[in-house]
Amino acid sequence: MPNGSADATTGEPAEVPAAGPAVEPADEWAEDGQPPAGPVANLAASLVTAAIGVAGAVSAVALGLGTLTQPGAGLWPLAISVAVVVLSLAQVLIGRRGGDGEKFSRYSWLSLVGLVTLLGLVALLPVIGFEIPALLLSLVWMKFLGGESWRSAVLYSVLVVGVLYGVFVGALGTNVPHLF
Amino acid sequence: MESLQNVADGFAVVLEPTNLLYCLVGVVIGMLIGVLPGLGPAATIAILLPLTYGVEPVTAIIMLAGIFYGAQYGGTITSVLLRLPGEASSVVTVLDGHALARQGKAGTALGVAAVGSFIGGTVAIVGLTFLAPVVAGFALDFGPPEYAALALLGILLVSTIASGAKVKALIAAAIGLLLATVGRDAFTGAERFTFDNLSLADGIDFVPVAMGLFGLGEILYNLEERHRAVHPPGKVTNVWPSRKDLKESAGAVTRGSVLGFFLGILPGGGATIASMAAYAAEKKRAKDPSRFGKGAIEGVAGPETANNAAATSSFIPLLTLGIPANATMALMFGALLIQGITPGPQLVTEHPELFWGVVNSMYIGNVLLLIMSIPLVGVFVRILRVRAAILAPVTALITMIGAYTINNSVFDVLLVVVFGAVGYLMKKFGFEPGPLVLAFVLGSLLESSLRRSLLMFDGSAVGFFTRPISATLLVVFVLVAVLPLVRAVRDRRANPVPASDTPVINREEESV
Repeated sequence: MPNGSADATTGEPAEVPAAGPAVEPADEWAEDGQPPAGPVANLAASLVTAAIGVAGAVSAVALGLGTLTQPGAGLWPLAISVAVVVLSLAQVLIGRRGGDGEKFSRYSWLSLVGLVTLLGLVALLPVIGFEIPALLLSLVWMKFLGGESWRSAVLYSVLVVGVLYGVFVGALGTNVPHLF
Repeated sequence: MESLQNVADGFAVVLEPTNLLYCLVGVVIGMLIGVLPGLGPAATIAILLPLTYGVEPVTAIIMLAGIFYGAQYGGTITSVLLRLPGEASSVVTVLDGHALARQGKAGTALGVAAVGSFIGGTVAIVGLTFLAPVVAGFALDFGPPEYAALALLGILLVSTIASGAKVKALIAAAIGLLLATVGRDAFTGAERFTFDNLSLADGIDFVPVAMGLFGLGEILYNLEERHRAVHPPGKVTNVWPSRKDLKESAGAVTRGSVLGFFLGILPGGGATIASMAAYAAEKKRAKDPSRFGKGAIEGVAGPETANNAAATSSFIPLLTLGIPANATMALMFGALLIQGITPGPQLVTEHPELFWGVVNSMYIGNVLLLIMSIPLVGVFVRILRVRAAILAPVTALITMIGAYTINNSVFDVLLVVVFGAVGYLMKKFGFEPGPLVLAFVLGSLLESSLRRSLLMFDGSAVGFFTRPISATLLVVFVLVAVLPLVRAVRDRRANPVPASDTPVINREEESV
């Protein structure tokens, strides 16, 4: 194990790591929560959802509304789209102090890199099968996103891909594209 | 009696070796992911949906149900030992459970929680056995107007009762309804929002949406959170609760069972709300409320019993009305649809083996979980030593390959990734993915019921109010929608500084 567990057990090993004096639980949670996203994020998010609503409404009208007795294809989408727009505009006002969500932190890059590797996997999957892209993804996630040592990253990645191959190709016999 | 015969047949279904095995697999997975902070039951069920294609419907649901209630047991362990709730429904257990652990009574807390969970779960199964057929019988007369009203009310309640920003949850739900309209319109044959893409012509599949929003979204989000180190706990000793502990918590367990059962049935209710309500109830009726937060055993027994009872009873609306009461049940709904079974009042009579098989599997599952939570708790605590950095790519790859195997389609995998990114962003911007998925699942039922009703009523919306049940449901809908607004306006008049007090404990709120 890396140092993570070592400092937790320097006290009595039989004891659960205690976090100082008894604090109100609400405060304890605060320390590991990230700051809320803030008013700008709220405005941006509300405008994006409002835009989705407007786009939906425009296409819905184009689909034809029909009448209440004979509803067309666009009537229901129009009703929901209008609801999206109204609710989004309400959210612009309600959330102007920005009390929810989470700010992006420097760690958010990890999620972005993760997303890019997933897209890479999707692109490569039909071309060269899943083994090599999966191995690379696993290496990147363990070594660079997870901070594992090279040794354990390589070891576990090979192991993981091997097990996945055994399960999805060997045992379940699925049609997932594979090279070997 | 015919129904007793069905119950007995249900046991025969459960005792088939395959079903027993899947029940065991389900509860073990549930227990594991309950212990591991990060992936919740909804995410896990979403990720494992492709696995259910190849098996019998009853087997699939037995396993998925096992994951759901198994996670309620597992979530307790990390709450008590690490002050780190593995599941949202175990958040309140942290308060007294971890205080007990600090006093060296972790074993007592875990033991009482396990026994309470078992009793709560069992009481709820018995309740489910008797109540579900009655509700289903009542709902057999429901027509399109009732279903439209019920679906509307369900979506509204799920969006507004959950913690977090309510308007944002409603926006998410509305967008879920909009997503459900993608594809060919069943009434006119017109193609809606397909952008001339053949893959979209049949609409967006439920599974990639759920796998993306719940599964991959959660995984991407955890990549960022992972740097918060988890310290594996030391040894856990003496998990067997003493007679005195059990006696002290007997009242809390009884109240938790009843409260949890009823809160689980309500749309928007479920395990999380039930555990919080049970904690509040115990604190309120205690002679010395100041003990709470400092290691009151009732503060563990009540919520842990209630969350299990609620997890079980939340199957009632799904299996009897075909209306999922929460996000996890929306996944079960999706899983049943995949199997070609539409949940609804006819389920009990048309598929009794499925209905009673699933219900009765819960008895077995609860016994298995009791065994795993008391004698085997040490094994599960060790799981915490597996590092998140290694688990993350494993879950991501299972999701990706699983998504491919549904239709052997790369487009599906891409959809999962796209919805994964959407799910991540939703979390960052304070939108709950649950209401979106629930609304997406109910979208086509809601639209077709509404349109059929309009045809029935000759285009007049007043028709909804001429039928007693749909009228009642719609009145409740309006009340639920309008009352919070009225209250907010009144509060603002009473004290001009906007107060941000929410009844439920909300992590985001506390972190200001």
